[in-house]
Amino acid sequence: MTESVWIDAGYLLAAVCFILALKALSSPRSARWGNAVGAVGAVLAVVLVFLAERPSNLVAILIAILLGGLVGAVAARRVAMTAMPQLVALFNGVGGGAAALVALLELGEVGGSAIIPLVATAFTVLIGAISFSGSAITFAKLQELMTSRPIVPPGAQWLFGGAIIAALALSVLVVTTGNTLIGVVLALVALGLGVLLVLPVGGADVPIVISLLNAFTGLSVAASGYLLGNTLLLVAGTLVGAAGALLTKLMAQAMGRSVANIMFGALRGGSTLGASVESQRPVKSAPAEDIAVLLGYAQRVIVVPGYGLAVAQAQHTLRELADILNERGIEVTYAIHPVAGRMPGHMNVLLAEANVPYEQLVEMEQINPEFKSADVALVVGANDVVNPAARSPQGSPISGMPILDADHAKAVVFMKRSMRPGFAGIENELLYDPKTTLLFGDAKASLTKLVSAVKAL
Amino acid sequence: MAEGIVLLTIFVLSAFTGYEVIAKVSTILHTPLMSGANAIHGVILVGAILVAGRADSAIELIVGLVAVFLATLNMVGGFVVTDRMLEMFKPRKQVERP
Repeated sequence: MTESVWIDAGYLLAAVCFILALKALSSPRSARWGNAVGAVGAVLAVVLVFLAERPSNLVAILIAILLGGLVGAVAARRVAMTAMPQLVALFNGVGGGAAALVALLELGEVGGSAIIPLVATAFTVLIGAISFSGSAITFAKLQELMTSRPIVPPGAQWLFGGAIIAALALSVLVVTTGNTLIGVVLALVALGLGVLLVLPVGGADVPIVISLLNAFTGLSVAASGYLLGNTLLLVAGTLVGAAGALLTKLMAQAMGRSVANIMFGALRGGSTLGASVESQRPVKSAPAEDIAVLLGYAQRVIVVPGYGLAVAQAQHTLRELADILNERGIEVTYAIHPVAGRMPGHMNVLLAEANVPYEQLVEMEQINPEFKSADVALVVGANDVVNPAARSPQGSPISGMPILDADHAKAVVFMKRSMRPGFAGIENELLYDPKTTLLFGDAKASLTKLVSAVKAL
Repeated sequence: MAEGIVLLTIFVLSAFTGYEVIAKVSTILHTPLMSGANAIHGVILVGAILVAGRADSAIELIVGLVAVFLATLNMVGGFVVTDRMLEMFKPRKQVERP
């Protein structure tokens, strides 16, 4: 009895570490410390399972851990901050895959005895496999290995409906028979289901999917904890499930749509795919020197950064421009849309990388009333998050999405590479607004020109 | 209490704990939150070690080891990448916005 009590107490300690890790994220000051505590909890848990189980195949297991740790650490160290969302998707997918494999192996052990462990097994296999293949597709979309536009295969509704029915029927069979082979078939169907689930989701909605799949993996880990009678897996998985669910809800709110609409909108044929062709309508553009005058004699400038800024690796140049404007006594703030970037809060990370003080980053609700008093709204690499089409009740794929009110500023400067529509593939009316001036070119080159032009004023 | 009910109790209480803790997370840290939560579910490694350690056929062992590999990738990668991100959110001289 004594040993198992100690082990369970250790698992409890690890669970507390995980809760502290999440709690520490309430402030940037404590967050890094919290993450270290979480990592300590994870190491503790792994040491405990070795002590408690004294598993056979020890050497092979240690080698697998070494390899996994090595690949994970190298990938995490090397990834560019712009590619962060696809890496998180990838890590999430392999976690889900691991959970599904654990449940499949455990199916042989559970046998046909008890019904609840079998339900937990079927659930883990189903959700874990969906998370694995769904994350793989998400990764491919974000990495631009495939188009980021919604893909709706012919007869998608029937295919999807059929796959769901098959998955449910197989789940019931797994529960009633406890047959491992049926479990494998269930896993394969679930893999297909994951693909069908993510294919119709458009690029701009992918952040929601990452968040949702994160919740899925969490729940499958929780179910496997139930299955293995391991309280730590149960607690950790549930925490992640709750985190993912809450974040998904917040993101959906930020886009003004329901989660169901985001996931299944394209399937229902409700979403109009935007044009990818350039428009021929006239716009007003100006050279960097003219924009510099506009900026240099402003009092308040609000910067609206978007993912295009990060793609051009221009965050540092943008900060340089903001610093120079600050020196001239101009107030510069950054307006951060909740879905700017490719995952929730991504833009904050990208700007933090460029040493922009996080105090200057202002969220949508707080900044929107401020645009009226701003002389210039400088839109860099953003598009959909300032598209007034979102305000119209219908007719646009982004209808109802809360946007940054950049068009309320006295003047708008739009830095764009070309007239190509943004990630959501929708034309932006703001570009044709009489108070909008376009500055064409690569964001980094344009910002560099602006910096020297403002200096020369 | 039956074991099933104990586990169910733990599940329900964890769900509420998770929701409450995460509702307080600052919005500027949503990306590290997601990646941190992601690292935490890498603890499925514990389950993977359990099943790989009990494997009694070659195929079971291979599947178990693949699970161990994937789970470690998830866990180690998740914590490292979260740390890298949080490192950039260093406190600055100015006072923090509430």
